[in-house]
Amino acid sequence: MPCNAPGMPIRKEDVMSNMKEFTKGFIKENPVFVLLLGMCPTLGTTTSAINGLGMGLATTFVLVASNVVISLVKNVIPDKVRIPAFVVVIASFVTIVDLLMAAYFNTPGPNGEPSLYDNLGIFIPLIVVNCIVLGRAEAFASKNNIFRSFLDGLGIGLGFALALMILGTVRELLGSYSLFGFRLINTDGILVFVLAPGAFIALGFIIALINHLRKTN
Amino acid sequence: MTLTLFLVTFLASLALGVVYELTKAPKAAAENAKKNFAIKKVVAEFNNEPNAEAYRIPTADGTDSLTCYPAKKDGILVGTAIESYTMKGFSGLIRVMVGIDTSGNIVNTSVLEQKETPGLGTKMTEPFFKDQFNGKNPSTFKMTVKKDGGEVDAITASTITSRAYCDALQRAWDAHTKGGRHE
Repeated sequence: MPCNAPGMPIRKEDVMSNMKEFTKGFIKENPVFVLLLGMCPTLGTTTSAINGLGMGLATTFVLVASNVVISLVKNVIPDKVRIPAFVVVIASFVTIVDLLMAAYFNTPGPNGEPSLYDNLGIFIPLIVVNCIVLGRAEAFASKNNIFRSFLDGLGIGLGFALALMILGTVRELLGSYSLFGFRLINTDGILVFVLAPGAFIALGFIIALINHLRKTN
Repeated sequence: MTLTLFLVTFLASLALGVVYELTKAPKAAAENAKKNFAIKKVVAEFNNEPNAEAYRIPTADGTDSLTCYPAKKDGILVGTAIESYTMKGFSGLIRVMVGIDTSGNIVNTSVLEQKETPGLGTKMTEPFFKDQFNGKNPSTFKMTVKKDGGEVDAITASTITSRAYCDALQRAWDAHTKGGRHE
């Protein structure tokens, strides 16, 4: 793909194609609803909207940072060791996110609800095995310039966060009759939606709806 | 090739070291705040630094020890927060902070860590379940669920979690009364 050399006038087509790298992650190549990647954190952490959003944003940070760094070093890494090198870069950023969240997202709620860091638990270190991250590094960042890799990481990451938040919202609404932690009806929800089977059911219906919308458009 | 791989890992570990050093203090502060928050919830009002005066007491069966945080107001002991645990949860470990006043009554309890089923076992953190222990003295209040002949109202569909909660509280109380240091 053509890169913008410094000093060259910015062409409209380049701006458009850059925009496309950013927006494709939301619907056309949404990692969860269309590509069906990263199912483990998707099903595991979306018990509430805020958990889904937190997980999505943590993954976005790792995606953007690793995409930028990998795109930066892609020319000095020999082809034979590129996967180990990518994994080291990704794992480092995941550890950084874990440390940052333990330090700054670790305050319990006013009534002693567990903090975001406690809620996401093991899933934060597990971002390292999220295939979306290595997938974007190998398929995009290792072949494109820094700016486009940044847009790609941001778009895919935010698309992932959006998908997780939608799934989390649906599960929270049905499972505990609450929205972002606010109780709407003061009774127990449909319990199955908080549990793992409900994650599959909700995800299945959302994917069906999106496929239907994509086909009719 | 080896050199580049070495450089990548070297730079990565360098970056991790820097971030670790930077987050060390806020991380410890967050852990400390979490503990203080739990202590504050389970004992009467105090004005000392329970975390700084923490000591360990052996459990009643002598196989383990629990950390105690003495809460003092103007130098007089008003209660002790005990960090207890149970392995009998539906998903294993549950850690509970138990506040016990000077006459041996449970003041309040707070869950520190649990992996119970969301929507079922996690209800142990809600007042309808956990507040039934407040003000009770396990020497007169039978700390087992009603199904087992005790006086505790179990959470519907979460008897295992309810039993585990009683176990954690009993462990704290036993350690406090039998092995505890009374000042």
